[in-house]
Amino acid sequence: MTAASSTGQGNGVRLGVVLLATPLLLWLLVLVILPHVDLLLVSLRERIAFRQYEFSFANYIAFFVEPLYWNTYVRTAVMSIMATVLTLIIGFPVSYYIAKIMRGRGKNVLFMMCLIPFWVSELVRTFGWMILLRESGVISSFLQWAGLVDGPVEMLYNDVTIMVGLVYTSMLFMVVPLVSVLDSLDDSLIEAGYDLGGNAFTVTRDIVIPHAMPGIASGCIVVFMLTLGNYLTPNLLGGKDSLWFTEQIYTQFITRFNWESGSAFGFLLLVLSSLIVWIGLKLSRQTLADTVR
Amino acid sequence: MADQFDLECRNVGKNFDRFVAVDNVSLTIPKGSFFSILGPSGCGKTTLLRMLAGFQEPTSGDILIKGKSVLGVPPNRRPVNMVFQHLALFPMMNVADNVAYGLRRRGVDKATINRKVAETLARVGLPDSGPKQISQLSGGQKQRIAIARCLVLEPAVLLLDEPLGALDLKLREHMKVELKQLQHEIGTTFVYITHDQSEALVMSDQVAVMNAGKFEQVGTPQDLYYNPQTAFVASFVGESNRWRGTVGETTGDYVAINLDKGGVILADKAAHASLPTGQDVEIFVRPEAIAIGRSDAAPDPVPGNNSLTGTVENVLFNGAASSVQIRETATGHEMSVALPQTGAFANLRAGDVINLAWHASQTRCFAGVLPSGIEGGQS
Repeated sequence: MTAASSTGQGNGVRLGVVLLATPLLLWLLVLVILPHVDLLLVSLRERIAFRQYEFSFANYIAFFVEPLYWNTYVRTAVMSIMATVLTLIIGFPVSYYIAKIMRGRGKNVLFMMCLIPFWVSELVRTFGWMILLRESGVISSFLQWAGLVDGPVEMLYNDVTIMVGLVYTSMLFMVVPLVSVLDSLDDSLIEAGYDLGGNAFTVTRDIVIPHAMPGIASGCIVVFMLTLGNYLTPNLLGGKDSLWFTEQIYTQFITRFNWESGSAFGFLLLVLSSLIVWIGLKLSRQTLADTVR
Repeated sequence: MADQFDLECRNVGKNFDRFVAVDNVSLTIPKGSFFSILGPSGCGKTTLLRMLAGFQEPTSGDILIKGKSVLGVPPNRRPVNMVFQHLALFPMMNVADNVAYGLRRRGVDKATINRKVAETLARVGLPDSGPKQISQLSGGQKQRIAIARCLVLEPAVLLLDEPLGALDLKLREHMKVELKQLQHEIGTTFVYITHDQSEALVMSDQVAVMNAGKFEQVGTPQDLYYNPQTAFVASFVGESNRWRGTVGETTGDYVAINLDKGGVILADKAAHASLPTGQDVEIFVRPEAIAIGRSDAAPDPVPGNNSLTGTVENVLFNGAASSVQIRETATGHEMSVALPQTGAFANLRAGDVINLAWHASQTRCFAGVLPSGIEGGQS
């Protein structure tokens, strides 16, 4: 590239741009577009005999007529939205505290404390929850020791536990954009809000949240996508009852060797996440461009 | 009695850990006046203002607004409003919503809000700017909206935290006049803090000069300029020629000051009666107090006149504010002298030798030696 641009010709500059963009374009093409095109093609065929396929919507029809698939799909969406909202509700005050109230060293320490759990893998973190929550786990033993319960308590394998795990896993991805957007809010705007007669509630509603909206939107999008596509946490903490849509996809591909159906499910998940993100952006009057500012 | 004053501070102090930001400041501001607090950055003036607004609580002392103590009253319940240094207009709202913000918080009904917002925008000269976004406004317009946003609430006192600092020079000059006019028209008490002496002198009825957490002097701009009470005020307000010396012999009405670098300057005895002989002093003479004359026309010997000769080093032509830098022949001191505006010295050149003269009453001496590094702000 340097050789090309040092010639000073217009072609050289164009070549530089192309070369710089190549890794990105290759990544998009090979890892995103090609697999999705293939996924789409695979999802739109039906196996009629050994190595004989024909074009059909059968896989999609099967999804809509089988209540289990359909219910899992809706349940995954609703749980993901709930997890996103909970993460926002917990993450916002945390971020506000880090960005606006803490000063100097304390700020960095708190931010690091949010980050440190993510140094270990998601698998290890989830096992951490299992050690705490299982029947023979720390909390159950403690309750028995304290005499609060008579027998072991099983706290795994229910929706609340899944939710706890999902929120915990997502927290960092909400806190980081929120801290950065709140950091950019001038303190004097908040002070002006109070000076003109606002209270904590109205200042937050009228000044802090409108300013933080791009950060809220980007945090929510990331958390929602990660939650919707999460496999590990719902599976480990929710057990067989978790009914997460990614598990359905996994089952179709790996257990049933039904790539056609798995591909269709994969595509439906893509449609679902795009649709919900779009609705969310419309409702919050944000654009995708705002969220990456 | 107390309600003559819109704002009163009694021995207000503020410490941050062991650092004293504001040290035992007392002030009273009469209703409807324009009061400035002038000081170098870090002198505690912003801390004082933030205590008046309620963002910080004083460590000691009491603050009274319209005769009532406001200690412990949060900023949103105080009858004062603040124009912030960077104005702090809400970018997420349009101009009308910015101005209406305070009224909405008070729960005023919509029709009244609309009427008052329109009135206030008209008063600051921007009647049609209501639907505009903040980003569409120019610097001077933002300034006026920030003031309008406070004025619409009819505060007892309006606090202004160097709001002209961000503007360019030309607009700043213009806004100075406009702000003074606006204050005169609406009659609200303004408390204005600045490090720019020209802003303070031009606009204010009263100026407090603040240094290291304390008020050095409070008075009218003329008072501060012509009768500075401390060396700091003399050096910070306006330009001065400065020397160091010791108090020498008294002859009649005049006392001789022996300069450290040689030479003698006469000062009024009456004005410096408190200075004992042998006291170290700082000497200040305003550049415009010094009369200059051609060396061929020898000055008449007037009793009490200081008379020197010097060589012109530089002519700093700046229209009406022109001055010359002169090196005094006998002692080698650098001096700055204002040129008369008549144009009589328009042909003065570097290297010319001229006579300098000023009367002893124009010499000001202050005991003690000022720490270096504090110089008067440029106007």
